[in-house]
Amino acid sequence: MIAAFYSQLRTLYTVLVHSFSRRETVQYPEEMPYLAPRYRGRIVLTRDPDGVERCVACNLCAVACPVDCIALQKTEDEDGRWYPEFFRINFSRCIMCGFCEEACPTYSIQLTPDFEMAEYDRQNMVYEKEHLLIDGPGKYPDYNFYRVAGKAIGGKAKGEAENESPPVDVRSLLP
Amino acid sequence: MPDSVFIYVIIFGTLFGSIGGAAVLVWFERRLLGFWQDRLGPNRVGPFGIGLAFADIIKLFTKEDWVPPFADKFVFIFAPTAIMMAMLLGFAVVPYGPGLYVVDLNIALLFFLGMTSLAVYSVLLGGLASRNKFALLGGLRSAAQMVSYEVFMGLSLMGVVMLSGSFSLVDIVNAQQDVWFVFSQFLGFLVFTIAGIAESHRLPFDLPEAEHELVAGFHTEYSGMKFGMFMVGEYLGVILISSMIATIFFGGWLGPDFLPPIFWFGLKSFLLVCFFVLLRAAIPRPRYDQLMSFGWKIMLPLTLVNLMVTGAVVLWWGY
Amino acid sequence: MAKITVDGQLLDVPDGQNLLEALLALGMDLPYFCWHPKMGSVGACRQCAVVQYANEEDQRGRIVMSCMTPVAEGTIFSLAGEKASGFRESVVENLMLNHPHDCPVCEEGGECHLQDMTVMTGHRDRNYRYLKTTFTNQYLGPFIGHEMNRCITCYRCVRYYQDYAGGHDLAAFASRDRVFFGRSEDGVLENEFAGNLVEVCPTGVFTDKTLSAHYTRKWDLESAPAICVGCSLGCNVTASERYGELRRIHNRYHGDLNGYFLCDRGRFGWQYVNDDKRLTHCGVRTSTGLYQASQPKTVLSGLKESLGAATSVAGIGSPRASLEANYLLRLLVGPDNFYSGESEANAEINRCALQALRSSIRTPSLTEVEAADVVLILGEDTTDHAPRLALSIRQAAGNAGREMALRAGIPHWQDAAVRKLAQNVHSPVFVLTTYADRLDDIGIPTRLHPDAIAEAGFAIAHTLNDEFPNPTNIPGEIDIGAIAAALSSAKNPLVVTGSSPGSPNIVRAAMNVAAALQRQNPAAGLIICPTGPNSLGTSLLTDRTFPNTTGGVAIVVENDLFENFPGESLQQWQSELDQLITLDSLDNGTCSMAHVVMPATTFADGTGTYVNYEGRAQRSFGAFKPGEDTAPSWQWLLQLCHDQGKALEIKHLDDVLTALANEFPELRGVIDAAPGAGFRDHGQKVSRMTHRASGRTAMLADLSVHEPMQPADTETSLTYSMEGTNASAPAALKSYTWAPGWNSNQSINKFQDEIAGHLRGGDPGILLFGDDQVFAVQTPAEGSPTDSPTIIPRWHIFGSEALTGQGEAIVARSPRPYIQMNSHTAGLLNVAAGQALHSENLADVPSLPVIIDEGTPDNCLVCPVLPGTYSYFHNPGNLKPDASWQPAEPPDLITTDRST
Repeated sequence: MIAAFYSQLRTLYTVLVHSFSRRETVQYPEEMPYLAPRYRGRIVLTRDPDGVERCVACNLCAVACPVDCIALQKTEDEDGRWYPEFFRINFSRCIMCGFCEEACPTYSIQLTPDFEMAEYDRQNMVYEKEHLLIDGPGKYPDYNFYRVAGKAIGGKAKGEAENESPPVDVRSLLP
Repeated sequence: MPDSVFIYVIIFGTLFGSIGGAAVLVWFERRLLGFWQDRLGPNRVGPFGIGLAFADIIKLFTKEDWVPPFADKFVFIFAPTAIMMAMLLGFAVVPYGPGLYVVDLNIALLFFLGMTSLAVYSVLLGGLASRNKFALLGGLRSAAQMVSYEVFMGLSLMGVVMLSGSFSLVDIVNAQQDVWFVFSQFLGFLVFTIAGIAESHRLPFDLPEAEHELVAGFHTEYSGMKFGMFMVGEYLGVILISSMIATIFFGGWLGPDFLPPIFWFGLKSFLLVCFFVLLRAAIPRPRYDQLMSFGWKIMLPLTLVNLMVTGAVVLWWGY
Repeated sequence: MAKITVDGQLLDVPDGQNLLEALLALGMDLPYFCWHPKMGSVGACRQCAVVQYANEEDQRGRIVMSCMTPVAEGTIFSLAGEKASGFRESVVENLMLNHPHDCPVCEEGGECHLQDMTVMTGHRDRNYRYLKTTFTNQYLGPFIGHEMNRCITCYRCVRYYQDYAGGHDLAAFASRDRVFFGRSEDGVLENEFAGNLVEVCPTGVFTDKTLSAHYTRKWDLESAPAICVGCSLGCNVTASERYGELRRIHNRYHGDLNGYFLCDRGRFGWQYVNDDKRLTHCGVRTSTGLYQASQPKTVLSGLKESLGAATSVAGIGSPRASLEANYLLRLLVGPDNFYSGESEANAEINRCALQALRSSIRTPSLTEVEAADVVLILGEDTTDHAPRLALSIRQAAGNAGREMALRAGIPHWQDAAVRKLAQNVHSPVFVLTTYADRLDDIGIPTRLHPDAIAEAGFAIAHTLNDEFPNPTNIPGEIDIGAIAAALSSAKNPLVVTGSSPGSPNIVRAAMNVAAALQRQNPAAGLIICPTGPNSLGTSLLTDRTFPNTTGGVAIVVENDLFENFPGESLQQWQSELDQLITLDSLDNGTCSMAHVVMPATTFADGTGTYVNYEGRAQRSFGAFKPGEDTAPSWQWLLQLCHDQGKALEIKHLDDVLTALANEFPELRGVIDAAPGAGFRDHGQKVSRMTHRASGRTAMLADLSVHEPMQPADTETSLTYSMEGTNASAPAALKSYTWAPGWNSNQSINKFQDEIAGHLRGGDPGILLFGDDQVFAVQTPAEGSPTDSPTIIPRWHIFGSEALTGQGEAIVARSPRPYIQMNSHTAGLLNVAAGQALHSENLADVPSLPVIIDEGTPDNCLVCPVLPGTYSYFHNPGNLKPDASWQPAEPPDLITTDRST
């Protein structure tokens, strides 16, 4: 009984002492908080080190998305390189979970530390490819999917990717 | 200033002062809670964020005044007005300073107890009229809780009455010229404070609301200004209980002469309000059965002991 | 049944199977690549390894390939043990050494057997430190893409292409890690069934180019169980949609019909669905002669008046419109004013086919065709007219080899052994056609004039049984006696004919042959291939083909009359009409002369029932909600009926079928062809989308961020969304094939009674006809054989079918008009190769360049059936050399001549 009462008083005292501790509040927006590069905010599409868009329209981000807010369509250029004909993210549905970034095999889709996306009109939350595509490689400056993958594209013929030998001469009679 | 005008000044001062105080308390409480949780609390609207109080009022006044179709309409509307009326009437007997009071009743203490008891109707009726299971549960809890705590709230003051020999608050204050009753009636003070918290159903005794269990208890179905009146009623209750404690146990307006008496009264009340907020910041809500057994098994015996000891002392030494 | 022990579990499996198929049939997961249910085992990939123990005491066991191991009483295997599973993992690792890490840009990704099997074995990391072998790809034509780097050398492609489909231009080249599967040079894959490589290849070496052009992963496709409308066989397909467009046609397994394979027309001939020529709005011809797009409501109220006021209303149905549309048209105009819209010859062939179906003569399914040991093809160009049938006949030709193997004690699934033993021995397939046939390489070809084919048929029937009449002439080029002897000695003889030569006489002759055979051998079968996907259904509703009245209002439903009737008489007929109304999906000649045009759906976005060559009623479901103003023909016609106060009790598709079944008791079965709209599977509808479908909250967000409700399907028990069941749905409703861990179409293993057997719960469709009617002996048509050159229709798999012929990829493979004859006939007409013929009657029809082919019989002018040549069949008149003709530019397509 006494102990319980003492415990209550001690609680009151402990809380009261907090009047003199440092405030944790950050006065956003006058004072900007530090957000780590891996913070999960607005989604961007990046380009590979050659400056070409990284997205190959494989649809893995779309299928990983738990709220189904990514829609895209594959198309390809005359050399067989895949890219999205359109790429749409409905940010009014996005929950910034980052699954799309996890799923992306080309490091194309990346989440950025920008979260200031409020709009007065919900329609403005729908981002198309031209809104999403940035000019740089984002968090992964060196990766180039087509340097690793075996598919031939413009400027990289068969056998020119990493870890590949030149194309086989099918008509060779050598053992 | 003729007396007839003076009394109106006091009446309207009390009215607006208490309601205004309740409104500002909304902001002040959140600010204080913020501080005790290492935050800043609301600080954006106006200087120190005090504009929030006005923003809140504007919001409450402009919200749709809606009565659920399934509710008992008349009682539903009447309930929130009752708590506000009862609490405001309670202020009529509070002496802010020598001669600074609406009325000095010779049964002021009983009047105060009566008014605070009336508030239970508001909560009970609000809960019943909502026709909502959460509201009903809240109303039931509130009725049981207030009826129980009412008992020793009154008894705890009897020691003070015995010592001062009067039910008039002015006389009680004057009886503390030498020593505050908080020292001679410490047990009474303790019980009265706890019962006061329960009476104004503030945390940790806010079981009628208990948002973790009952959504919002008796005012689940309330919105707009009707909800606003419940809220104002609650904050009025906080101020009223604080000023009563200040009056009865801390010598009311009494204090060193370099400042006017009303200041001392205000300061004491203010610190008690802060204490109420501190309780909210620190103490968790008990279970309902714990609340009831605490009341009947601990508080009531304590009060009775206090009463007997005080009676014996008065009889023995003949105060 | 044999009892075997697998991982300590006692299992009952059928005798004669190999272990792999026995385990798969039991629903167990065992990875494999080179084995295919229809192509048997060769044990090439080593992926299905298990450990076999000699007896209970044997602790070591030995690794065997389950596909090469027959199940026998008391055999003991370990499937999950460390030794077997470790071995399988190392096999996948080795197969994947050179795999190019390009799944994200591979069309197979998401439905890749290699992905599935790799995951199944647990392999993850490539430990090999050296370079990957790479290959240069080939151009393989407009249908199939080639990405050789992905190959795991399972040899399935060449085994399918050469051994199963009889193709010659795909082979394995080079040796060791340089093995290359492709053609000897770039060029179009010639085989008509090459498209199946897309599904046969366990990885992404051969991919569907028509899908890749607007690629969508399998999990995103909204699919429905549809019926191919390319010919009368009624193959089951899965039609798949994304973003309001048809994206691809995939095989949908049917145990009695197509099985695992489709023809290329069925697989790649869908592009017309998205064509610019699709009608999307109701149109009314204004005084300027042009069409004015109009609100459906306005047009319908106009039609309500004009139909109500019309003195006579003729309704012309179509062999490609659904049974529901034809029936409602018949209700609207009355039974006496309803016409099938087929040519007189085709209508007669349909009547013959119906008579044969109702008689005791057996009509085998495509699977049963594969069991035939002697086949007689009378006139029908199976590969070009009803292609999937040709693939089944090709399998039947292998029965002689399998018979030899059986005698030698080799199980039928020992594919390499069976073929090695058989060498070039084939069951006899007599191919009596007018022009070269794809089955010539396995068959015994004879080239005859269609009239002579009919005479030969009658003569064979007479030889088999002299109750059947003998024709007046018997062609001398053919050994009637030998054919008759082969047929009567066969266990499972089969006669195949059809409407491709356009000669009812040939069909009658075939019926006589089948009937004569059947008296000797009840197993004798007869297949008559009509032209349209619903020819039999339509001809059940009427005997009339075309109105001979003039004036009044005419309604044409999904029919381009110019295919079957001469142009001038149609123009004449149209000019005397008060109003011509057409309902169609694609703009065509008939729409161009109509006063009112209503946009109808195609098989891909509308639902309807079709009756195939064997009298099987099958329901085809639309994969997606049609465009706003587009509706299935039956819905337009139902509205017109209601406006005229008819058929008011009919409200939904199921009501149409009920009314149809009540009026035609023979068609009772159509109701059960697929479960009705009220059907629920475990309380739920059946979903068209996979449970992984993506983009639901974004795909329409560019139009409005406020998402619309998923469209509701009130007519069927399928949903236009991912809500609903799939795995437990009945076969007729199953919109896609998927099982956990099996993302490719090979997951069908999980839904079959036995491997390559019937689908669980029965294959879709209801056979409508009994065999209670007595067969009437057919008599040869009287008439002297023609001595003058006649035009013979020559079907082409790509281009001759009018709708599929509009698709981009099919157009690239379609031939240009020509006329083919031997030099004798050319001499009669005074033309030579490099010149062209044109008709005096047809001023504005292009001339036909002459091809000289000595294999063509005398007096036969073989002319392809193409939109540009219809007039030559109806009213050729006198053919004269066209002096002003210049050869056209050769097509861009890299192709090799089929005849070489």
